[in-house]
Amino acid sequence: MSETIFINGERKLFSSSTLIGLVEENGVDSSKGGVAVALNGEVVPRADWAQTSMKPDDKVEIVHIVRGG
Amino acid sequence: MDAKAKNNEFTIAGKTFSSRFLIGTSRYPNQQIMMDAIEASGAEIVTVAVRRVSQDSGGEGLYDLLGDRFHLLPNTAGCFTAKDAVVTAELAREALETNWVKLEVIGDDETLFPDVEQLLRAAEELVKKGFIVLPYCNDDPITCKKLEDMGCAAVMPLAAPIGSGMGIRNPYNLRIIREQCSVPIIVDAGVGTASDAAEALELGCDGILLNTAVAGARDPVKMAKAMKLGIEAGRYAFEAGRIPRRLYATASTPTDGAIEL
Repeated sequence: MSETIFINGERKLFSSSTLIGLVEENGVDSSKGGVAVALNGEVVPRADWAQTSMKPDDKVEIVHIVRGG
Repeated sequence: MDAKAKNNEFTIAGKTFSSRFLIGTSRYPNQQIMMDAIEASGAEIVTVAVRRVSQDSGGEGLYDLLGDRFHLLPNTAGCFTAKDAVVTAELAREALETNWVKLEVIGDDETLFPDVEQLLRAAEELVKKGFIVLPYCNDDPITCKKLEDMGCAAVMPLAAPIGSGMGIRNPYNLRIIREQCSVPIIVDAGVGTASDAAEALELGCDGILLNTAVAGARDPVKMAKAMKLGIEAGRYAFEAGRIPRRLYATASTPTDGAIEL
C-alpha cells in the first residue's frame, strides 16, 4: 500500500524521503530564497530540510513570497 | 543632511528609513508598471504576502525581483485567527530572513476589518517570539494603546476599509491616537488619493501604507509620485503647524494708512 501525506492541503503520494526532495518535487528551487516549509504546523528551518523525513499523514505546507498589500 | 531628506526620515524599531511611504505589490496592471510605480513612490519598505506554492505558479520570482533592493515586509493577509497569523509570520520569517511582520488578522471577508481579539492575541505572541510587529488595526485609540503597550513597533490604523479609497473617515480618532501613542503611526488602508495621504500626515501620523490607490489608478506611476509628494507636503505642514480655524476673517493686509474718503 502506498503512503500519502498532505501537501498544501492535498493528499498526495510521496516518493522523496526528505523535505528537501519534496520541495524540489513541487517545482521549487530549494537553493533560492523566498520559500519556507512547515511540517505539521511547525516551521522547519531551511538548514534542516535535508535531514527531515516525513511519515504518513504528515501535513506539509510549502509557501513562497507573492504579491501583497 | 538637507532638510528635505530629514523631513522624510522616520524610524521604526531603531531602523531609520528615508521615506514615509510604504507600498504594496498587488494588483498592478503588469510587473513593469509595478516596478516603475515602486520606483516613483520612493518607498523603501515594500509589502509582500506568503502563499502556498502551486504547480502553475512555480515560484513567482518576486523575491528575486525585489529582495535585494527593498526592505520586504511580509503580511499575514487572509488570516482569520491568531494561530494562522503566527504560523504565517513564522513562515515569512524563514522565507525572507526577517523578523518584521505586517500583522493582519481579519474578521470577515466583506469589510476586512480586524478581529481585535485575535489581533491582540497574535501580536502578544509574536512580540514574545521576537518579531517586530506592525499591526493593521482599527482607528481605535484603545486598541492602538494596547498594541503599543504589548510591544508592537508601530501601530497601523485603517483610515477606511482596505481598498475602499474612502480617505480619512475619522480624523479625530487619528488625532487622539497621535496624542496617546508614542510609537510610529502608519495609516494602513483607505487612502484614495494624494490629499488623503497629506491629511494623515498633517494630523501627525508618521507614514502611509497603501496599495490599491496606486495600483488601481489609471496611471499608477503618476499616482505613486502624487502620493509621495502628498506625504512630503503633509509632513511639512505638520511640522510647520497649521493656523487655528476661525469663524470670521482676519485681514492679511494691514489696514494702517488706508485712505479714508
